[in-house]
Amino acid sequence: MADRVFMKGSEAIAEAAVRAGCRFFAGYPITPQNEVPEYFARRMPQVGGVFLQGESEVASANMTYGAAAAGVRAMTSSSSCGISLKSEAISWMAGARLPVVIANFQRGGPGIGTIQPSQQDYFQATKASGNGGFEMLVLSPSTLQEAVDMTAEAFELADRYSNPVLLLLDGFTGTMMEPVSLPEPLSEERIAAIRASKTWAATGKRGGAQHKVMCGPGLDTRLSQQAMNREAAAMYAKWREEECDCEEFMLEDAEVVVTAYGISGRIAKSAVKLLRAEGIRAGLIRPRRVHPFPAKVYDSLDFSRIRGIVCAEMSIPAQFATDVEAVVHGRTAFAYALSSGGDILDRSEIMEAARGLMRD
Amino acid sequence: MMEKVYSRPSGIFEGAVTGFCPGCLHSSVSKIVCEALDELNMVDNACYIQGVGCGGLVVTYFDIDTVSAPHGRACAVASSFKRCSPETLVFTYQGDGDLAAIGLAETMSAANRGENFTVIFVNNGIYGMTGGQLAPTTLLGTKTTTTPYGRDIREHGAPLHMCEILNQLEAPAYIARVTCADVPNVRKAKEAVKKAFRCQIEGKGFSFVEFVSNCPTNWGMSPAESLDYIHNTVLKEFPLGEFRAK
Amino acid sequence: MEKSIIIAGFGGQGVMVAGQLLCYTACETTDRYVTFFPSYGAEMRGGTANCYVVISDEPVGAPKVSRADYLVVLNDPSLERFRDAVVPGGTVFVNSSVVTHDIGRTDINVVKVDAGAIAYELGNPKVLNLVIVGAIIGYTDLLPAENVLQTAFKKLGAKRPEMNPINEAAFRRGLEIGKSARSGE
Repeated sequence: MADRVFMKGSEAIAEAAVRAGCRFFAGYPITPQNEVPEYFARRMPQVGGVFLQGESEVASANMTYGAAAAGVRAMTSSSSCGISLKSEAISWMAGARLPVVIANFQRGGPGIGTIQPSQQDYFQATKASGNGGFEMLVLSPSTLQEAVDMTAEAFELADRYSNPVLLLLDGFTGTMMEPVSLPEPLSEERIAAIRASKTWAATGKRGGAQHKVMCGPGLDTRLSQQAMNREAAAMYAKWREEECDCEEFMLEDAEVVVTAYGISGRIAKSAVKLLRAEGIRAGLIRPRRVHPFPAKVYDSLDFSRIRGIVCAEMSIPAQFATDVEAVVHGRTAFAYALSSGGDILDRSEIMEAARGLMRD
Repeated sequence: MMEKVYSRPSGIFEGAVTGFCPGCLHSSVSKIVCEALDELNMVDNACYIQGVGCGGLVVTYFDIDTVSAPHGRACAVASSFKRCSPETLVFTYQGDGDLAAIGLAETMSAANRGENFTVIFVNNGIYGMTGGQLAPTTLLGTKTTTTPYGRDIREHGAPLHMCEILNQLEAPAYIARVTCADVPNVRKAKEAVKKAFRCQIEGKGFSFVEFVSNCPTNWGMSPAESLDYIHNTVLKEFPLGEFRAK
Repeated sequence: MEKSIIIAGFGGQGVMVAGQLLCYTACETTDRYVTFFPSYGAEMRGGTANCYVVISDEPVGAPKVSRADYLVVLNDPSLERFRDAVVPGGTVFVNSSVVTHDIGRTDINVVKVDAGAIAYELGNPKVLNLVIVGAIIGYTDLLPAENVLQTAFKKLGAKRPEMNPINEAAFRRGLEIGKSARSGE
């Protein structure tokens, strides 16, 4: 297949961003996502974009905030403890309603954790990526092709809602290689038109009215934080109706449902296929976006038929599972396949958990 | 018909009322910044990055494009903003806590990269908005709400001299310390701001103007006493002058 | 059909290049699904290096498997670490030039490849990994041998075209070892 390119995840994501018109990236070294800033450092000068290595995660995230305030499609990436440091700027982006794409290549555990892959930041990503009760759309790809597609989608969504968007990745997605088909790059004219359409961006007044890119009212007593919060809340509510994205696979007659997201999602899907081959009627729910959470998909399961749900994730304690449990609310049994600290989720554990539910 | 010889700078809203305390030199600093912009005909082509602190009050005052920045991060925000909008004149407006404590890494790093924007640094030796706590620039012996027994060099270190520190770096194009504590110095201060802006317009890189300022409220002084204190005491610690002009 | 391979050795033995050569061949010359996952020690130099390759007719589930169909060990520490990471009935390829430890399992096949010595004999110890890749292909028929060779010319020959003849010689020596090992089973 001529259009397939065998690429490393971090580089595929960076290239997809460039093709989506990203013209600013700031980062700070942290394993396992160093290839992302390194790629942008090589690539940005070729397309007339700006790459900056910040003096810290704090600075690099604020640099991305500054570029977005100027109307440029902007991105930053980091990993777990680095995202914690970026949370100041992420919260400001949400407060200032700035479109930015943030990528978290999750590693394992609190604090410095391990440099190995995990899905240990689910709560941080979906509940509180910073202070102030803001929300972000959180996209989590299972394959590198999905990572490429979602990167482009993330920039579109960020601009559509004028809000930061989080790509929730993991160390596997960053370091693994897989064939991808890259989209055609946006033309320079299109990129310029997107920037020009952001009439709120600070440019200098240039004969017009003042542009104020402010996180909340700031010290401007003429503005109301409450009104801004209400407007944001209405947007978040709309997302729950319109922006859920979830793969449903072989659910029609499923007796046991496996659910997983991100890297675990692809492992879970292959487990479901193998379970089917064994004669177990398994199905899959794989949220492509973990925020807003696709509650309706779980809620509308036929619980008279289903024997149980297997939640599979690379997090101990389970985090994603708590959202599933909250929707299902005791209507069926639960089993768990969990790994953490760099050990990949074992497909056989998912299958054994499913078999166990069928035996019970 | 009479000739108009003095008017409100165009970068200040008509009828604007500042939130600054009576006698606070922020009023003078912000006014001369806008006068400098007018004299360079750059008001319509400027964007300032707000710091957090009393300096942030200029938002109700400046009719200039603006981006607000988290506490301490103005120089990081200005770095990327200027690189993405090289045709816009960009300056930060920051106090001493913002610039020299929480934002020290961002300030030093932007200066060291020679980022082509201007910093307006208002040093009044105290955290004003939060009620008068120890700042990195607080003079030795000064009582603040967090140094109730006075700043002690063994416990709190000595005042941080930003111009002198930045002057160790290779990249900065312009570094000056000025004050608005008297009329002749106001004139010099405006010249310094204009030089800094010109440096940026000519693409020479990082420019930095420190204003030795006051805080009558938290210093516990009348406005006039605070000006005398600047002359008699503060300027001995923070001498005025042009440290660098490329 | 899905096949997984773990290749393990010291940093500098060409572990990653061997794995990537298989992957590039699968990606660029077939329509099969393929994943590559590298794993390094924290050291920048001289540490352990291993990689996981999965080639499949279906979309790949786990890019890193706990037990692979094929294991390649280029040194003793790798054998110790990955000995149990082979499915029963699977095959371990051993760089017998330096691996001295006992395989210690009777439920797996062993293909001994004197890769280090062959590479040395060919005049460049670095082509050890081409010998190994040849042996994997000869034994498994996982990918068309000529496609692997052409991909090697394209990827490795891009910067060092003068290496093409020796790379080919190494690959073909391995290929024969792999083929005869399979026919001998």
